[in-house]
Amino acid sequence: MYGGGYIFDEPNRNQLREEQQHDEPEKLAAFEARIANGEKIEPGDWMPAEYRRQLIRLIEQHAHSEIIGALPEGTWITRAPGFKRKLALIAKVQDEIGHGQLLYNAAETLGKSREAMINDLLSGKSKYSNVFNYPAETWADVAVIGFLIDAAAIVNQVANAKGSYGPYCRALERICYEESFHLKQGHDAFIELATGTPAQKQMLQDALNRWWQPIMHFFGPPDKSSSHSEKLMQWKVKMASNDDMRNQFLESYVPKIWELGLTLPDPVLRKNTATGRWEYSDPDWDEFFRVINGGGPCNMERLQVRKWAEERGRWVRKALMKPMEKRVLPVA
Amino acid sequence: MINSAALTDLIIKMADDELIQGHRNSEWTGLGPVMEEDIAFSSMAQDKIGHAWALYRILYEDLGGRHPDAFAFLRPEKEFKSSHLVEMPNGEYDFSLMRHFLFDQAEAIRYESLQDSSYEPLRLLSKKVKGELKYHTLHANAWIMQLSQAGEESYNRMQQALNYAFALAAGIFEPSQEYEEVLIADKVYPGEKVLYQRWLDRVYPVLVKASLNLPEISDIVPVYGGRQGIHTPYLQPLLKEMSEVFNLDTEASW
Repeated sequence: MYGGGYIFDEPNRNQLREEQQHDEPEKLAAFEARIANGEKIEPGDWMPAEYRRQLIRLIEQHAHSEIIGALPEGTWITRAPGFKRKLALIAKVQDEIGHGQLLYNAAETLGKSREAMINDLLSGKSKYSNVFNYPAETWADVAVIGFLIDAAAIVNQVANAKGSYGPYCRALERICYEESFHLKQGHDAFIELATGTPAQKQMLQDALNRWWQPIMHFFGPPDKSSSHSEKLMQWKVKMASNDDMRNQFLESYVPKIWELGLTLPDPVLRKNTATGRWEYSDPDWDEFFRVINGGGPCNMERLQVRKWAEERGRWVRKALMKPMEKRVLPVA
Repeated sequence: MINSAALTDLIIKMADDELIQGHRNSEWTGLGPVMEEDIAFSSMAQDKIGHAWALYRILYEDLGGRHPDAFAFLRPEKEFKSSHLVEMPNGEYDFSLMRHFLFDQAEAIRYESLQDSSYEPLRLLSKKVKGELKYHTLHANAWIMQLSQAGEESYNRMQQALNYAFALAAGIFEPSQEYEEVLIADKVYPGEKVLYQRWLDRVYPVLVKASLNLPEISDIVPVYGGRQGIHTPYLQPLLKEMSEVFNLDTEASW
């Protein structure tokens, strides 16, 4: 998965800082010309401090989303029904952790260590995709996450893979390749339930109803209220608008859901044939911001589990930092 | 003609160990001490569960057993033949790692011995899993060495884990009361006693190199019972959790 379309930021930090706006205008012009020309920026290249800051924030949040995103599905590994599902789910969640690792590495090239990033996650300073603050209540939730959340993430990540920062783009290329398999396994589990017994179908419908709003939230607030600067688009940090990505997702996946005889909990959801765009009820954006700010059903649990894992693994990490000590004799 | 009841008994205990150990490994997914270990344990979980699946398929396809999903997910606890070692909760990473070392060395030795088995399906499988097990044991050896030589806390933890796990691990080699001799006579495998000795020869040098204090072999009382259906209190909750979804409708396709 799992980079949400929305880059969280603390209030009032969306604008370029004063010194940035006047910082080395010649270098800035050359930098922007390279980006406009489709070139990739590499770790050793000159870049504006604000570009570095925004990228660290973006990649770090994406990395956190991978390792936190492993939790809701991870709890179903031990309960997956049958060998095929069990093996596929372990492999999938393992990939997500691997994506986290790739992304932390990519962010480290910008000068922030993995430890510092994890610390910011645990302290709440750095966010992750809001969608993982909701619980996976049944096996059907695993199918919905695997199919639709992964699909939404792919829309976002395929766009970001065309961005300007080389290490992030290369990580995303590999991630997207693996995500396409995740989508297949999610789709397969989804179809199995959709075409299964009445109880299985109901379980899936219930999960879909629960997840629809978080999925609509996934790409972030509507463009009209989004305060992100044009600069991020110009610098190719942000590659597509929230509404465009949401529309692309609806275009690709709503027909697939409807074809299976399932419904979506939005009475006005339809494609406007005149504009070619999808129309939908505005999801509750107050809820979105409430959850970002810690008020979701699982915010506390997710961070506590992560803290517990970090705490429990501390002695191992400490031992890894030590050079091997040779003991002459076994000590009693 | 090889005694099929004896073969079934051997395969079930091997498969159940792999399934339960794989289940325990998979409990580390998302929660490892470092991301790299998280990934390693998830990967080994897939291999173990994959081996279990392959063994259950041999039972199903060749020995008149039940479908692998039904056999693994619906069997009552007393019909499981897993060893107590694999049933134990993960605990801390020290125990998980020591168990991984002791179990995977035992598994590697068992499959090595099956390369000459008179029973073809096991012989073929043992060739297939050889490459995987090489990486599991390399991984285990490297971590045992590192953590046993990285300061007092880490050393003490590994020593305690070894003290705790060794007799449990020796229990992997609980001989079958009924079938041991016939399996040896039929040249299916060399028998638990031989495997136990080979395992001791394999794990001791690594533990010595890691400066860990070893139990006296004569003092070890292996923890038996699992092969006879007598289990730790930890197996039943594990099985209940494993079959939770499957049990919602055992006839449905999931």
